[in-house]
Amino acid sequence: MARIAGIDLPKGKRTHIALTYIYGVGHTTAQKVCQKVGISEDRRVNDLTEDEVSRLREEIEKGGLQVEGDLRRMEGLNVKRLIEINCYRGQRHRRGLPTRGQRTKTNARTRRGRKRVTVAGKKVAAK
Amino acid sequence: MSRSLKKGPFVHASLAKKIEDMNKKGEKKVIKCWSRASMIIPEMIGHTIAIYNGKKHVPVYVTEQMIGHRLGEFAPTRMFKGHAGGDKTAKRG
Repeated sequence: MARIAGIDLPKGKRTHIALTYIYGVGHTTAQKVCQKVGISEDRRVNDLTEDEVSRLREEIEKGGLQVEGDLRRMEGLNVKRLIEINCYRGQRHRRGLPTRGQRTKTNARTRRGRKRVTVAGKKVAAK
Repeated sequence: MSRSLKKGPFVHASLAKKIEDMNKKGEKKVIKCWSRASMIIPEMIGHTIAIYNGKKHVPVYVTEQMIGHRLGEFAPTRMFKGHAGGDKTAKRG
């Protein structure tokens, strides 16, 4: 079983796709890592050798990449800093609104969460 | 496109001058400032700058963490106090 950075890679997938299951590794990084380790595009995770897996692990965990816990922690700290210094972006984070000037009249559902529907004609029970 | 490194961070000339003068004299006064686009530079640490938000000057104490941000980020131009009659629970009670 290929376990990298605390994540089990999906067995049946091609290696460069499977690597993107790691938080902080996208397609570009995954392809670069594969190239560096010398794993061709069509190799799947379950037919990698033990040695190749350990080389991948080496490359990702110690190759200067920030993945998983470390990355999440760093992001959290960055947000915390913005909130602490009370700048505009910090205030947006605090309110759970988009920070980069997007519209909020509609959309922005990723930041604002699921839509709250107001039901028309719903009467409050008699008091 | 990002700003040319050759120029260094943008700080409004008059503000830069005031900061420099105060640093030389070692005094600390609140500086009124209209230049919201000015970058916060290390020289400003410890000063209080009153940044104009379109209505009044908001005093902001500059700390080390703020370096690299713009002055305007610390003086919001819009104030959202909630929608009119938005407090439904209060009405029901």
